Amino acid sequence: MPLLELHDVHARYGETRALHGVSFSIEEGSTLALLGANGAGKTTTLRAISSTVRKTGEITFEGRSIARKSTEAIARLGVTHVPQGRGIIGDLTVEDNLRLGAYTRRDRAVVKADTARILEQFPRLAERYGQAAGTLSGGEQQMLALGRALLQRPRLVMLDEPSLGLAPLVVREIFDTLERLNREEGLTVLVVEQDAAIALRTCRDACVLEVGRVVLSGPSEELRADESIRKAYLGY
Amino acid sequence: MTTVPGLRGRAAASAISAALFVALVALLPLVLDDFEASQYAYVAIYFIAICGLNILTGYTGQISLGHGAFMAVGGYTTAILAAKAGVPYLLTIPLAGIVAGVAGLLLAVPALRLSGLYLALATFGVALATPALIKKYPDLTGGSTGLSFDLVSAPSWLGLSTNDWFYYLTWTIALCSLAAAWLLLRGRTGRAFRAVRDSEVAAVSFGVHLPTYKMLAFSVSAFYAGIAGALFAIVNLSYVSPETFALRLSVYLVVGTVAAGLGSLWGIVFGALLIEWLTVPSFEVATVSRTDLVDIVNAVARTSIDPQALGISDFVFGAVLIGVMLLLPTGAGGLLRRGVTALTDRLYTRGRPTS
Amino acid sequence: MLAFTWTDFAQQVVSGLATGSIYASLALAIVIIYRSTGVINFAQGEMAMFSTFIAWWLIADPGGPELHLWIGFALTLAISFAGGVALERLVIRPVEGAPVLTIVMVTLGLGIALFGLAAWIWGADTKRFPSAFSTRTVDLGGVIFSIQDVGFIAVTFAAVFCLWLFFRYTKVGLGLRAAAGSRDASRLLGVRVSWMLALAWGLAAMLGALSGVMAAPTIFLDPNMMRGVLLYAFAAAVLGGLDSPIGAVVGGLVLGVTLNLLGTYVSFFGGEMRLVGGLVVILGVLYFRPAGLFGKTAVRRV
Repeated sequence: MPLLELHDVHARYGETRALHGVSFSIEEGSTLALLGANGAGKTTTLRAISSTVRKTGEITFEGRSIARKSTEAIARLGVTHVPQGRGIIGDLTVEDNLRLGAYTRRDRAVVKADTARILEQFPRLAERYGQAAGTLSGGEQQMLALGRALLQRPRLVMLDEPSLGLAPLVVREIFDTLERLNREEGLTVLVVEQDAAIALRTCRDACVLEVGRVVLSGPSEELRADESIRKAYLGY
Repeated sequence: MTTVPGLRGRAAASAISAALFVALVALLPLVLDDFEASQYAYVAIYFIAICGLNILTGYTGQISLGHGAFMAVGGYTTAILAAKAGVPYLLTIPLAGIVAGVAGLLLAVPALRLSGLYLALATFGVALATPALIKKYPDLTGGSTGLSFDLVSAPSWLGLSTNDWFYYLTWTIALCSLAAAWLLLRGRTGRAFRAVRDSEVAAVSFGVHLPTYKMLAFSVSAFYAGIAGALFAIVNLSYVSPETFALRLSVYLVVGTVAAGLGSLWGIVFGALLIEWLTVPSFEVATVSRTDLVDIVNAVARTSIDPQALGISDFVFGAVLIGVMLLLPTGAGGLLRRGVTALTDRLYTRGRPTS
Repeated sequence: MLAFTWTDFAQQVVSGLATGSIYASLALAIVIIYRSTGVINFAQGEMAMFSTFIAWWLIADPGGPELHLWIGFALTLAISFAGGVALERLVIRPVEGAPVLTIVMVTLGLGIALFGLAAWIWGADTKRFPSAFSTRTVDLGGVIFSIQDVGFIAVTFAAVFCLWLFFRYTKVGLGLRAAAGSRDASRLLGVRVSWMLALAWGLAAMLGALSGVMAAPTIFLDPNMMRGVLLYAFAAAVLGGLDSPIGAVVGGLVLGVTLNLLGTYVSFFGGEMRLVGGLVVILGVLYFRPAGLFGKTAVRRV
């Protein structure tokens, strides 16, 4: 049974339709890249899963339907959505933002250990621990968002354009972390990316969206190998 | 040359309803008794004030919770001029309007920088502080005890009772005010106002000089409120006091304006009627008064609430206001407009109107 | 002008701080609601007045339970909290996305409805309200302080301190701060945002009750009681910055002291004119420095 499954999902912003029947699934422990041009519906798909946009269709997580659940409830089930723009609460400190990651958890001792590990992994966050999160640079905010997401101990983590506005070295670091977490802890990852190259290198599978529909899906190896597909859909 | 479908129909419908309205106003006293005539004089006064406030809030989107203060300026101008300087009461009316208009201009200066909630807050403060300011100068204003001037009576050659005279005086001025507002809002000024309401930033990019129009809106609406206040002083048996124009009045005015439907002149009658209905327990609209409402509640809920009891009128007012806001955010005028548009579209076009 | 002595000055400062505590509590209530729900609650004064009437019924009404003052006060806080939560759910939530004017109307209507309800239940005549502290004065090195003033200042500081602890160290406090910062981001983290907003109203109602119970012994209890206090509370909130809780407290204290000193030393500002002083503060701050002393968001200017 796949961890997450979408079936014929439609979504709209007011009068404008953004998704026209999206269907795909993710197995537990796998990594999936959601690719496509601007406006293809990638962000909207993530929003549909976390219920931050109006949608119809079937969405199941761990076999249970989450289509009618609230955003908070879905987050509490173990689906973590790191939105475009990172969703950092600028008025709060780095410390408070991280604490928010553990908001729904009750195992305080483990939370402490986890937090220590994340600070070790992202030393820049430790340096800026007491600072207001809004004063951090783009890359630091992305690390904060990732660290916070990991503190939620999700079953599935969804990231929307993590590379946006970041230096290549920082981007590499983030994707390396994702790959390592998937390898060592079995974290299921769903990444929306414009930068198809790095996404395909990190993720095992890929799905290409165009005008609100899935037009191509399969193992990343295959998509990378086929030059015509790369040129037509991935831009390189 | 193409015309927008239904537009000529709309204009015709407006003209017909305007004529009907004037006829109604002229003939109503024939069916009213003397006391009711004075009540409808108050309706006219609220009508004028709402007209002005509609220009400010409905057309430019600025929120003022302090227009009771401008009515106070008008009312006290009339009282002071009549009592201390012996000015004939009819002459005080336009003067009161001008003084209030100047006050509006003065308030507009700090208000230029504010909008939305902040402006509401500032004008709320003005309304709260006005009674204090009035009481501070008792030599001029009569302080807490208020100020009286000579009672007004109808001109003898007309042969009307005082209350009937009040009715015709206030409604004549009300209809003139309506006409003046309509003329003002037809052309460029109205378009500029609406542009300011929809988006200040966009309006500026279209060349609208924001400060000018904001100040214009404030002073015109204050002018109307001043005239309403002057008439109020006259009809209120030539007496004003700080309590006459308390904070409550400012709230009533905004309620009436919102009930009228922002940006629509035809809901104003409804708004004015609503205010009088809410402030006077026995006032009947379509034979239903607020007292009747409480009687219905008593019958249904098996309670024995006395409708005249202290506080009930305010509680009903507040509850009704909340209820209406939860159900009808665009007010009666919005409903009216939608109804009229649909009707005339069907009369004057074939098939379905283009949206 | 009154002749200046340091002892007089110190006394006026202390009593100004006590009055300022009344303003500060109500201002803090206004800021908490504004910060979390984006609404300026024009009914805050009437809510506080209603809570004070409930306290009166519990403590001082011969026809009521006549509880011990501190017990009655604690019970009033609990009832006010519940009332605030209920009001948010029933009256504010339905108009959440509505235009500004609609929400303004709703809070105005709420204020008037509560006023009418209080007048209907308890009547319009003024009632005496007992003070938690005796009005005896204490002589400290020539300066005369009233125990009540010191008591009120202490209670307010204690309340503010408890609130600070709550916001800073508890999970729920963190959730409320997050919801105030960004509702969308908070939801994605599992925060039940709508309950946070109701909580904010509950806390604000409690602060209003505190403010009213402190004001009542001096200005006597009647349905109109909090109207003037509300103006000063708005002035304090604006002065401190509408989105800054610290600003509300500091603003309230500063305003209390300033108005008291002005009222004592400048005869023009006696009595009712202080209301005009409050208005001047509101207009002045919004004109010259809209964000106030500690606030962050500036008013949009074109």
